[in-house]
Amino acid sequence: MASKVIQAFYNDDDVLMHAVKKVKAAKHHIEEVYCPFPVHGLDKAMGLAPTRIAITSFLYGCVGLTVAVVMMNYIMIEDWPQDIGGKPSFSYLENMPAFVPIMFELTVFFAAHLMVITFYLRSRLWPFKKAENPDVRTTDDHFLMEIEIHDNEQELKDLLADTGAVEINISEKNSH
Amino acid sequence: MYTFSNRLKIGSIILMAVGLLGIIGGFVMAPGTVEEAKAMVASHDGGHGESADAHAAVVEHGDGHDAAHDEHLLHQLQNKPWAALYVAAFFFMMIALGVLAFYAIQRAAQAGWSPLLFRVMEGITAYLVPGGIIVFVILLLSVLHMNHLFVWMDSDVVAHDALLQGKSGYLNPTFFLIRAAVFLGGWIAYREYSRKLSLQQDESSDNSKFVLNFRISAAFLVFYLISESIMSWDWIMSVDPHWFSTLFGWYIFASMFVSGITVIAMVTIYLKSKGLLPDVNDSHIHDLAKFMFGISIFWTYLWFSQFMLIWYSNIPEEVTYYVTRIEDYKLPFFGMIAMNFVFPLLLLMNSDFKRVNWFVVLAGIVILAGHYLDIFNAIMPATVGDQWYIGLSEISSVLFFAGFFIFWVFRALATAPLQPKRNPFIEESKHFHY
Repeated sequence: MASKVIQAFYNDDDVLMHAVKKVKAAKHHIEEVYCPFPVHGLDKAMGLAPTRIAITSFLYGCVGLTVAVVMMNYIMIEDWPQDIGGKPSFSYLENMPAFVPIMFELTVFFAAHLMVITFYLRSRLWPFKKAENPDVRTTDDHFLMEIEIHDNEQELKDLLADTGAVEINISEKNSH
Repeated sequence: MYTFSNRLKIGSIILMAVGLLGIIGGFVMAPGTVEEAKAMVASHDGGHGESADAHAAVVEHGDGHDAAHDEHLLHQLQNKPWAALYVAAFFFMMIALGVLAFYAIQRAAQAGWSPLLFRVMEGITAYLVPGGIIVFVILLLSVLHMNHLFVWMDSDVVAHDALLQGKSGYLNPTFFLIRAAVFLGGWIAYREYSRKLSLQQDESSDNSKFVLNFRISAAFLVFYLISESIMSWDWIMSVDPHWFSTLFGWYIFASMFVSGITVIAMVTIYLKSKGLLPDVNDSHIHDLAKFMFGISIFWTYLWFSQFMLIWYSNIPEEVTYYVTRIEDYKLPFFGMIAMNFVFPLLLLMNSDFKRVNWFVVLAGIVILAGHYLDIFNAIMPATVGDQWYIGLSEISSVLFFAGFFIFWVFRALATAPLQPKRNPFIEESKHFHY
């Protein structure tokens, strides 16, 4: 369904922060903010929920550790417990120090890579993906705040003009 | 300005008094003759089970080896109160020294978050003066043959030991004491001078004192890294004079560094809870807790690197160090890994938990106990062997030095305002926010 959105442009991150706070105070829902670089505190001002990606990373690390332990235990202890240079292969615990480097590396490997993949999936990033950039200037030196219009075009225009926007556009947008 | 509260003062004096009584009790109860030592081990039979039984069986052999073994047992039991005293004295001295290293790093790195905590750190490092002197006195008494902590100080032993003769160019009592005096002198001189400059900076009209402090801190760090490494060979590794490890100095450094940071966090939280550090916020605690977390893992990395390299190659001359520890010290040896690694790893990983003050204190108590055990595991196997026990002497020594530490640190904290006035970074530190 196509809907109308209002796009306000800013050329300073401080002005943008104040604008976001003002729009939030006026109880309008901010659809999206496009920035050329991370603006410290913007997520808090917009009221976005904190990310849970660190929790996923911890869980992936636990998976990696388990994979390492199960793999080394099966290969080195259960399947073919050879005597290699006098290492005690009678039980996992007895030979554990030799496995710790693998356990550590696999924990880090799983935690890092699966977290990155999670990030790509959740933020819908992949090669050949069509860029969702509403205006090319937002990757260079402009900040853009986008608000959906619900029969309140003039009111929103006045509010945004008041917050120091350098340009205000109305455009049609297809929701994905 | 902080005033040393009466309750804390009385509490620390009680700790010192109780500890002192226990220490004296420990010395009184140590056996004076071979017969007493044998009787003590025999009476422990019921409690100690197998190992003591096996011991008694060896004692009853009655061959030529017997007398030497009894003598050895007597020395171990006589060492026990000394070793307990030494471990506790070193442990608290090392906290002050770890804080001093942290403080010098903060100054040399021109950190923007920590100047608010400089007075807290300076208060803790004040303990280095009496604590260092106590350790030096214990080392001096060892050299004077008041105890058998350092076997290489016994000229009879060296006369029959080619390895120790080979090391006697380095491990000889005179040179040992000179090194100890130089190191302690250097650390204490930096501490006192830096503190003086820090106080002068408050009253100064320019930043010259601050710049000078920055320079001497950088120079101190160079001296510290060298002296700390040699100190760890002298004061800790040389109780096992046949054994050597190249990364031992960093390993002991990691232990003192994490203990020191933990104590900074705990003292800060205490003073904050009394409303004395109004500008210290949760972000400062968060930063300290991150350091506690990170350095705990760094300690584990060094501990494991040392252990795994020796375990893997299993060269007899090196591996005995771990053989005695795993045979006789299984619980403290592996328990310390849980306390110094697993516990802080799981507790301090969460970003929110690092801002909860009681949580940081809880983790800190476990970390401190774990690093006491670390020093315990380093000293005890070579000095008391399988006769170790965390009993009267050990607990009393910890109580005494804990009381003394609290008394001295909080007395020092009361001598200057808790917030530096004219540090160039103080505004940044006040508004530090993570």
